[in-house]
Amino acid sequence: MDASPPLSLEVASSPHIANTRATTRNMMFDVFIGLSPVLFVALYQHGTSALWRLGLCGAVCALTEAACDKARGRAHTLTNGSAVLTGLLLALSLPPTAPPAMILLGGVVSIALGKAVFGGLGQNMFNPAMVGRAFVSVAFPAAVSGAAYVTDGMSGATPLAAFRQERAFPPLGDLFLGNVSGSLGEVSALACLIGGGYLLLRRSASWQIPVGLLSTLLMLGLLRHASLGSPDEWNALHELSSGAVLFGAFFIATDPVTSPLSHKGRLFFGVGVGALTWFFRAFSGYPEGMMFAVLLMNAVTPLFNQFMVPKPSGAVA
Amino acid sequence: MIAPPPREGTGHFSRGIHPPGHKEATRDKRVVVMDTPEHLEIPLLQNAGAAAECKLRPNSLVEAGDLLADSGQGLSAPIHASAAGKLGRTVKTTLPNARHVDAVKLTPSADAPSRGHLLWAKLSASRWDPVSALSFSPEEILTRIRAAGVVGMGGATFPTHVKLTPREDKPARRLLVNGCECEPYLTADARLMEEAAGAVVTGALCAARACGAYRVDIAVEDNKPAAIAALKDAAAGTWVRIRKVETKYPMGGEKQMIRAVYGRVVPEGGLPLDVGVVVINVSTAASIAMAVLHEEPLTHRVVTVTGPAIREPRNLFIPVGASFADVVAQCGGLTDRASRVISGGPMMGFTIPSLSVTVTKGVNGILALESEPKTSKTETACLRCGRCADTCPLNLVPARLVQASRHRRFDLAKQNHILSCMECGCCAYSCPAGIPLVQWIRAGKSGVRKSMPPRRGS
Repeated sequence: MDASPPLSLEVASSPHIANTRATTRNMMFDVFIGLSPVLFVALYQHGTSALWRLGLCGAVCALTEAACDKARGRAHTLTNGSAVLTGLLLALSLPPTAPPAMILLGGVVSIALGKAVFGGLGQNMFNPAMVGRAFVSVAFPAAVSGAAYVTDGMSGATPLAAFRQERAFPPLGDLFLGNVSGSLGEVSALACLIGGGYLLLRRSASWQIPVGLLSTLLMLGLLRHASLGSPDEWNALHELSSGAVLFGAFFIATDPVTSPLSHKGRLFFGVGVGALTWFFRAFSGYPEGMMFAVLLMNAVTPLFNQFMVPKPSGAVA
Repeated sequence: MIAPPPREGTGHFSRGIHPPGHKEATRDKRVVVMDTPEHLEIPLLQNAGAAAECKLRPNSLVEAGDLLADSGQGLSAPIHASAAGKLGRTVKTTLPNARHVDAVKLTPSADAPSRGHLLWAKLSASRWDPVSALSFSPEEILTRIRAAGVVGMGGATFPTHVKLTPREDKPARRLLVNGCECEPYLTADARLMEEAAGAVVTGALCAARACGAYRVDIAVEDNKPAAIAALKDAAAGTWVRIRKVETKYPMGGEKQMIRAVYGRVVPEGGLPLDVGVVVINVSTAASIAMAVLHEEPLTHRVVTVTGPAIREPRNLFIPVGASFADVVAQCGGLTDRASRVISGGPMMGFTIPSLSVTVTKGVNGILALESEPKTSKTETACLRCGRCADTCPLNLVPARLVQASRHRRFDLAKQNHILSCMECGCCAYSCPAGIPLVQWIRAGKSGVRKSMPPRRGS
């Protein structure tokens, strides 16, 4: 006890170290990196018309988030990047001809009704981008109809719509590379696979959801193919690489906030989204059902969390 | 039930984390015997169980190693004098876990030879003969362990003679010696294995003989090659096996280690003995050897004094009863930016409120951290990203435990197995939102325990 100055020591709960690289912001940033191939394809295919739509949607979401934070009197949460991410995901799920009003409204609804009313990031029940997407698809039915996908570069209906109406569909290679019409982010299977693979490698998205989703769709696709008969028809791979399946499987359904916590729960969540998507495609009036499938499964996520408690190590039965 | 055939583990367990080791500062520094401080305050409770009672009167003179206090209770361990000197009054002292207990003041006499040097010379001697453990009967070994006041030195301080006493209903088949030291920063066990490998191996054989185990394994993480080599050398010609396991936190947890070495899963809420295993720490093993072969009571232990806020990090052989202040002073003192002093490692250690707390038999590290905003992240909302569940070695869903605890839904917390949590801290370490999960889980556990008995009884 020599002449040391009076020492004030912190008393705190263990652990006393933390992984400083694991932050909410870094997780969001990882999703941006994962999205970059998809963004690249959108910009390559549609140029400035994609650029301003993406920018506008991101900006609207960020502003809405800031306004909601202010209204609720809490510190702004913009720096975690989640609002801009929601904006990009929404824009990528809209047709390349989406009018500005639709983007504005979609962005506001995504953040305000999809997220802020529940209490902000982490508290929302439904995927905010899909809430916005659902809103605009009801509010602007014409702007998300088949005609909306006709652009200078791409003519003709989306593969799913074409198949539904005329039993016609593009070759798999076009679906893979994105040489078809569709929403900004969904056309290229390759881009989605690269970005999604990155997210899985980084563990920023859990593998259980895409695996459950895609394998279910694959099996149901095989079933549908078998029922159609001829071998050169629409097959299971078309099912997987068309529409919003891959984009949704890797970037939408994997939203951690609105998907179950446990590994098993996530697997079943993925299976549910896959099955519902297929169901909507096969039996509903819409060519694509990804959005509704995700929203419906979001609604039952609390049940997964409640009842799918993983068995702890060493637990009996 | 028929005994299952011995199975082997793969050296791994599921989940867990890989925090930076931070062991460079002391890994290669030989153990130094601490100079006997001017005052000692020897706590009379240094074990799980009952406190010992001091029958000696103030001002009595004691020799180093003399019995100071004992208890008639079954779950207890005697306390011995860490140095020769004069006893003072019985005072209240604070243990590193913030418990207030009685302690005997002891003023070491200046001219007496240092017990620390004597003990360390015996411990680190090269002439240990492990097989000599067999010349003692199990009863004799247990008696000597009890007499020497040996307790679990990994932190739990469970009286070792109780742990090793054979039980008819659950026979011990394997003795597993924990040389994993998975906590970042700490190197005390690693140094002990390297410098006193003979004592560790001999103690392991004594313990195995006492509890009736027919297999002895020492598990060491693969980031300690020197310790593994020293132990292999010391164990040559015996049936003690050195098992290299993956470097991963919390490998030193009993259940994880048993999984890694034997491939067996300890039942939830159960003990290693439920799968026929007894686990002891390497420091405990060395103390057992000293107790059985040299009849030397446990009065000193190796402690790593380290961290960015310690000027001269080192591994010290410290007399029980020395204050943290004296220990830190012998390591160059704290830097000006010191903010937390931790007893134990950074993952599971306790912060101490002041440096006046004393070193007990269960303290394996003294870690001083500097104030930097990075040590604790600002808490933000839970994203339900599930990283806590991805890292939980017990396969719990910590985020749900926190949620239940926050809303005082202790029924839900229990249903989600909150009582199985061992508070290893993997979840809090990995949480991107900086949520103090362990703190919430502790609160939840105490809520569950408080709300349990009446409901159960009715």
